[in-house]
Amino acid sequence: MAKAKKESSSAVAEPPAEFTCAPEWTDLLKEMIFIRRFEEATEREFRKGKIGGYLHVYIGQEAIASGLISALKDDDVVFCGYRDHAQALALGSNPDKVMAELFGKGTGISKGKGGSMHLFDVEHGLYGGYGIVGGHLPLAAGAAYSMRYQGGDGIVLCYFGDGAMNIGSFHEAMNMAGLWGHQGMCPIVFIIENNGYAMGTSVERHSALTDLSARVRAYDIPTEKVDGQDIFAVRGVADRVFRQVRETGKPYCIEAVTYRFSGHGAADILQPYRPKEEVEKHRQRDPISILRTRLSEMCGLTDEDVKAMDEQATEAAAKAVKFAEESPQPDREELLKDVVAEHQPRWVAEDETH
Amino acid sequence: MAEKSYRDAIRDAMIEEMDRDPNVLIMGEDIGVYEGTFRITAGMLKKYGPKRVVDTPIAEAGMIGTAVGMAMLGLRPIVEMMTMNFSIVAADQIINHAAKVRYFSGGQVDVPIVVRGPQGAGVQLSAQHSQTFESFYGHFPGMHVVAPATPADAKGMLKTAIRGKDPVLFLESAALYGMKGEVPDDPDFTVPFGKSRVAREGKDVTIVSYSRMLQLSLQVADKLWKDEGIECEVIDLRSIRPLDMDPVYASVAKTHRAVVVQEQWKLYGAGAEIAASITENMFDELDAPVARVTGEDVPMPYARNLELLATPHEPEILAGIRRVMYANG
Repeated sequence: MAKAKKESSSAVAEPPAEFTCAPEWTDLLKEMIFIRRFEEATEREFRKGKIGGYLHVYIGQEAIASGLISALKDDDVVFCGYRDHAQALALGSNPDKVMAELFGKGTGISKGKGGSMHLFDVEHGLYGGYGIVGGHLPLAAGAAYSMRYQGGDGIVLCYFGDGAMNIGSFHEAMNMAGLWGHQGMCPIVFIIENNGYAMGTSVERHSALTDLSARVRAYDIPTEKVDGQDIFAVRGVADRVFRQVRETGKPYCIEAVTYRFSGHGAADILQPYRPKEEVEKHRQRDPISILRTRLSEMCGLTDEDVKAMDEQATEAAAKAVKFAEESPQPDREELLKDVVAEHQPRWVAEDETH
Repeated sequence: MAEKSYRDAIRDAMIEEMDRDPNVLIMGEDIGVYEGTFRITAGMLKKYGPKRVVDTPIAEAGMIGTAVGMAMLGLRPIVEMMTMNFSIVAADQIINHAAKVRYFSGGQVDVPIVVRGPQGAGVQLSAQHSQTFESFYGHFPGMHVVAPATPADAKGMLKTAIRGKDPVLFLESAALYGMKGEVPDDPDFTVPFGKSRVAREGKDVTIVSYSRMLQLSLQVADKLWKDEGIECEVIDLRSIRPLDMDPVYASVAKTHRAVVVQEQWKLYGAGAEIAASITENMFDELDAPVARVTGEDVPMPYARNLELLATPHEPEILAGIRRVMYANG
């Protein structure tokens, strides 16, 4: 049994040494630009009142969704918190249907019953989309057990934020994943998206131990930190770690250090918990700019190429909005469906006129 | 048919289903090496191995949450709660996850998880270990809540739960574990959810109950028939959600009087739902307001005499019946 690699240093990983100008990098840049434009569109539609409820956008963190998900195989599955649009898009969900879900339309990927926080697309490996911070971690660990139990070699990728690490379900899931890992029964990669804030409470103010990975190592799960703004670094870690987890059935945790450029949710306008200068400073390390610059310097990507990508992305986002806008609302009868498989509820009015 | 205890009926159901379907597994605290607090899982670790009989840490949210994930990906986990009282540690996993995932995914996943374990008072376990949870869990759409009163139902309903597609809260009565009854041998014997049954026919008054209080109600009905010639019709609800009120309404149409008997507290209890439904639907048939026989409105005390005072017994049920028959002066 190979001794699991354990790192406690806070050093930021370097991009992979052996880099080739594969077309995949250009595709990933395209994808990240599209996610950015899609999220900007959702913010606009939220302000117009077309999107209701809560809306948490991924702007600034794109390299973590694209970098990790691009390294997955077909049978792998993803669980995430409520900041989940990018994961759905990176997994290949139809953007029109994702936008329709946000609009609460019957054509949405969950028929308009889940909304922004509960994106679900089993066909593409997305198992949600959860709104209780940290609540999905046990589900993801159980999913990993299930996959190994049934004999497949799939792995689970489980996203959560730094803010999820203080809730009981985080600790219970980590401990059980650690235990099951001893038997090779828990092929899961936990991703801490450490963007520095649990909503508006900074890591220093919400966690007694600010080395977040150390808390995962307490459950005998190896960890490593990666610069979440740099997709070369993220993808490099993903390729190596996914292979290891797939082979061993043991959990692993990647702490991706990142920053969200937008507010916590679309209603977080004032952002009194962080100075504007801090946001500006982090905007200088935009994951899209980092990838673009590398591809320009090393692979001859031109400004025209990027302009074309941007136009395509803007157009696709606009198309998704149009599709969502023109889609019908869910049917009235949809209300009572999917509650349970059998014993569907009746309308209350019918219940009272026996 | 064979005579089996309620406990063995539960055990048999699990073993038969684990033999039938390799995707059925059981998890819980001290169910394997220790062989279970109530010994329901004794010998199962040896028979099925640690992959299918999973000893968990003391972490209810962890074990139920992981079971939900397993269920979404194709397994059929049974999670044993050492007592149902501990399930509320995992209330978020049960209510916010297990019961909601099908709906907010637009029906993309099944969640066939069974959370089972004993509940109820009677052996001086005091305030934190004596509660009943049917109205608590019965409130939430997205899952089934059942409370069998006989060994046959315990077996047949547990099989339905394990073979189903949705989360099931399977509430066992700790006080009934030793109770014996006839249980069909057929390995495919199942009892559907949402089918109340007439446990005893009668024409004078309807008693509605479930689980342990159903058995007590049947004893009272026997006594009333022998001593006073009063015929009670006793309805066993069996499942709390889905709730089948039709046999109750049919019975009330005949007797015009109804008493609901439950162990749990009166306020917002299952009896409140039953009484309200009877009133809404059968008002013109009623000759008296529906009576509720319930536990007292206190946490469960330890002292034996106080514990006995806190839960309904024969005199309280008799008093309820006399109330609806205007027979207590």
